[in-house]
Amino acid sequence: MFYRETGQFKTSYAADQQIFPIRQDRIGVVLLLIAAFVVMPLAASNYWFNAILIPFLIFSLAAIGLNILTGYAGQLSLGSAAFMAVGAYAAYNFQVRVEGMPILVSFMLAGLTSAGVGILFGLPSLRIKGFYLAVATLAAQFFIVWCLTKFPYLSNNSSSGVISVPGIEILGIKFDAPQERYLLVLAIVALLALVAKNMVRSTTGRAWMAVRDMDVAAEVIGIRLMRTKLLAFAISSFYCGVAGALYAFCYLGSVEPDGFSLDLSFKILFMIIVGGVGSILGSFLGAAFILLLPIFLDIFLPWLSALLQLPFDGATVSHIQLMVFGALIMFFLIVEPHGLARLWQIGKEKLRLWPFPH
Amino acid sequence: MARQIGDVILDLKNISLRFGGVKALTDISFDVREHEIRAIIGPNGAGKSSMLNVINGVYRPQEGEIIFRGEHRRNMDTHAAAEAGFARTFQNIALFKGMTVLDNLMAGRNLKMKSNFLQHALWWGPAKREELAHRRKVEEVIDFLDIEHIRKTPVGRLPYGLQKRVELARALAAEPQILLLDEPMAGMNVEEKQDMCRFILDVNDQLGTTIVLIEHDMGVVMDISDRVVVLDYGKKIGDGVPDDVKNNPEVIAAYLGTQH
Repeated sequence: MFYRETGQFKTSYAADQQIFPIRQDRIGVVLLLIAAFVVMPLAASNYWFNAILIPFLIFSLAAIGLNILTGYAGQLSLGSAAFMAVGAYAAYNFQVRVEGMPILVSFMLAGLTSAGVGILFGLPSLRIKGFYLAVATLAAQFFIVWCLTKFPYLSNNSSSGVISVPGIEILGIKFDAPQERYLLVLAIVALLALVAKNMVRSTTGRAWMAVRDMDVAAEVIGIRLMRTKLLAFAISSFYCGVAGALYAFCYLGSVEPDGFSLDLSFKILFMIIVGGVGSILGSFLGAAFILLLPIFLDIFLPWLSALLQLPFDGATVSHIQLMVFGALIMFFLIVEPHGLARLWQIGKEKLRLWPFPH
Repeated sequence: MARQIGDVILDLKNISLRFGGVKALTDISFDVREHEIRAIIGPNGAGKSSMLNVINGVYRPQEGEIIFRGEHRRNMDTHAAAEAGFARTFQNIALFKGMTVLDNLMAGRNLKMKSNFLQHALWWGPAKREELAHRRKVEEVIDFLDIEHIRKTPVGRLPYGLQKRVELARALAAEPQILLLDEPMAGMNVEEKQDMCRFILDVNDQLGTTIVLIEHDMGVVMDISDRVVVLDYGKKIGDGVPDDVKNNPEVIAAYLGTQH
């Protein structure tokens, strides 16, 4: 009843090609942005900012990055954590070594550094595909972490490679409190998500998807495979790099190379698989699912065992948590292999027809 | 008929293509005139698809020469071919299945779009104007081929016959000078074949596009093509107007077998 396009006639291609063609979607996005920018900073507690909102936004950004590469351009990658590490360490170095470097410029340069490294490790994609490429990106994962541990220069001669980031200050305003850091992260993520959405709905995105779906046909219609794939690697790594910089500067405060392990790469990969491969919205949904579900189970399971008076101690509960978490991921993938974004899309399509099925 | 068959625009001379020891094409020469419908026929494995792949640069022949609009080349490459105005469809549909019909057609025009990814990222000025201008062109193709109702449908969800039509649409979206069609009617029922014939003739007639097509349905080939070249085991065994080809003893032998 509420969600339908009836009566919303498009009279120009501009109206039909806009980012959210359906009016209800536009209203929804505006409400969401108001909630994120205004309501949340007023309402949420420090725990919410530090443990939920900031990591959620940062991982969403990393998931968008991986989704551009894997979901849109079809190049499987297991190196996203490594590209985050490049971003984190690059931002740190720019910040520490260049006097008076504005933090936002550092983030930008961190993204660009990561993009450069991404192009380098994207070169094998010109010859190999699929699982073999995944193994090649695995090299990036191990090599970069090794590099950061091996060369003390990269961590400003810190003995174990751990870096502690300086405070954030933009135009004389300090971003120390959790909600200030939250707003900074939110602004960056919202902007980059918009940019990603614009790219995937234009010629750039179409070239990526064409290469993903049928590379021979893409070549025949004049898309240059090499340029398209490397651009996907560069932009994907840029997003991961910025996410890494935010991870160090706005979330943890101090990071070590081993923090950006293969586990983290897999976590980001799970996010896009659960959320929806080839969808910007799916990146957010997947990040929320993977990050929030353990927190939810953390609270819910002890409560449930207390309620039913089950004789479980803390260790058992945390084991059960892992099992339930795994089972839920499998459940979602069986019910909807295309991820939460597809569920959302199906829901919308049903709502458009509701209450009449045809 | 409004169209007038013009001069030779594509001339293939002594093309030979080998894959290791397998001779796919042996010393084949034929030409294509502007605005004509040129059919390539032959039994399975005769080298028809290889021939198309040579024309638009997917395969590089070991010997021979390709002359397109007076320009001599040893071989084509796919990008140069696309820029020179070749567009094609494939025997096994090669659409971008995850994308909508509209996006497939827009992708077909990618060579005509000049804005870069930074402009796309901001959806600003030239990028937006270009996107809308090309949308207009793409809508003309959509209108031409009667696929308005499916323009926002992901291609993978469409039935086979429509997918074939969308693939033709994607090729047309590039505004090609020469359209290469690899079995555009394979696997279709009679009605769908009639529709497709109509579209091919319309393209040729109204847009003036030169068409090179491979087809197995002899009725269709003899009806719509201006000239036919016949291949068998990678060799050319016949070339001419449909009536000549039909009565060529070698062609009959290749298709029906000979009495010993």
